[in-house]
Amino acid sequence: MTKDLLWRGMLAGILGALLATLFARGFAEPQIDLAIGYEESHSAHDAPSGHAGMAMPHAGTPAEPQEEELVSRDTQKGAGLVTALVLYGAAVGGIFSLVFAYGYGRMGHLGPRSFALMLAALTFALVVLVPAIKYPQTPPAVGKHETVALRTAAYFGMIALSLGAAVVAARIRSALARPGRGFDATLLGLVIYLGLVGLGQFLLPAVNEVPTDFPAVLLWNFRVASIGTQLVLWATIGLAFGLWAERVLQKAKS
Amino acid sequence: MAVSTAVFDDAFIPVQGGNAIPLEDIAPWAVLGTLLAVIFIYFVSTEQGAFSLFQGMYVHEFVHDGRHLLGFPCH
Repeated sequence: MTKDLLWRGMLAGILGALLATLFARGFAEPQIDLAIGYEESHSAHDAPSGHAGMAMPHAGTPAEPQEEELVSRDTQKGAGLVTALVLYGAAVGGIFSLVFAYGYGRMGHLGPRSFALMLAALTFALVVLVPAIKYPQTPPAVGKHETVALRTAAYFGMIALSLGAAVVAARIRSALARPGRGFDATLLGLVIYLGLVGLGQFLLPAVNEVPTDFPAVLLWNFRVASIGTQLVLWATIGLAFGLWAERVLQKAKS
Repeated sequence: MAVSTAVFDDAFIPVQGGNAIPLEDIAPWAVLGTLLAVIFIYFVSTEQGAFSLFQGMYVHEFVHDGRHLLGFPCH
């Protein structure tokens, strides 16, 4: 049973990633191109550091314009983008199906399609939206090479915190829920979640690395496109996996 | 669950007589799925960024756009 759900989850993630790639090609890539244009026009007269080609914190070598040609822009936008999103989609789709396998019938008695969609919406909020409040997505040209390790750790820490806080809140909610008073328990769980996340956001290091003259509209458009890409991915996972899970469960029943 | 009964009205399907999938059935696949996911996500998010298993910048540059879009610090 879990085997069938796992590979369907990965498949739903891959399907979502392909649709998300189409969305990203239409809405996000133009913003990335603009950001790279900004970067190139600035690295020409700035210190040789603000370059897309370099991300090694301790590399010590100055970035050169030629470095970018290691992988052409066309490959980055095509095969590179689709590979990155498909790997990510398969990974999160697989994990999603495992959480579904554990939660189905344990977290309430929703139908498989409803449960899958609810779980996908919840994951989107916990993994994408909430961490992005503290560490929003950044286009090329934003961010210093020296801090990439710290920022990566902080970003994963923020995601883990959001998920952990949700688990704690859900545990407390179900421990306190009384018949007919589920509403109050849910509210209390929400407050606990927000309190834990707020505390973590306060304690985690601040990142403030947007160049002062980086276009604000471009930053906004990139972030909207980035969240939109994730929304396409998670909506597809929730809907496609729900359909497939319903079929798996019906087959197993008969 | 008022909303779920009104809008999302697909019925709960029992799992092979029980209410949920037994943990013994989930555990081995959870190990496999998590392992695969960690490897995939590592290469999309972190390789040749915060850490490097391989020399050079090829992986970083190849997944460059996806890494930015998914919110991972790229450079």
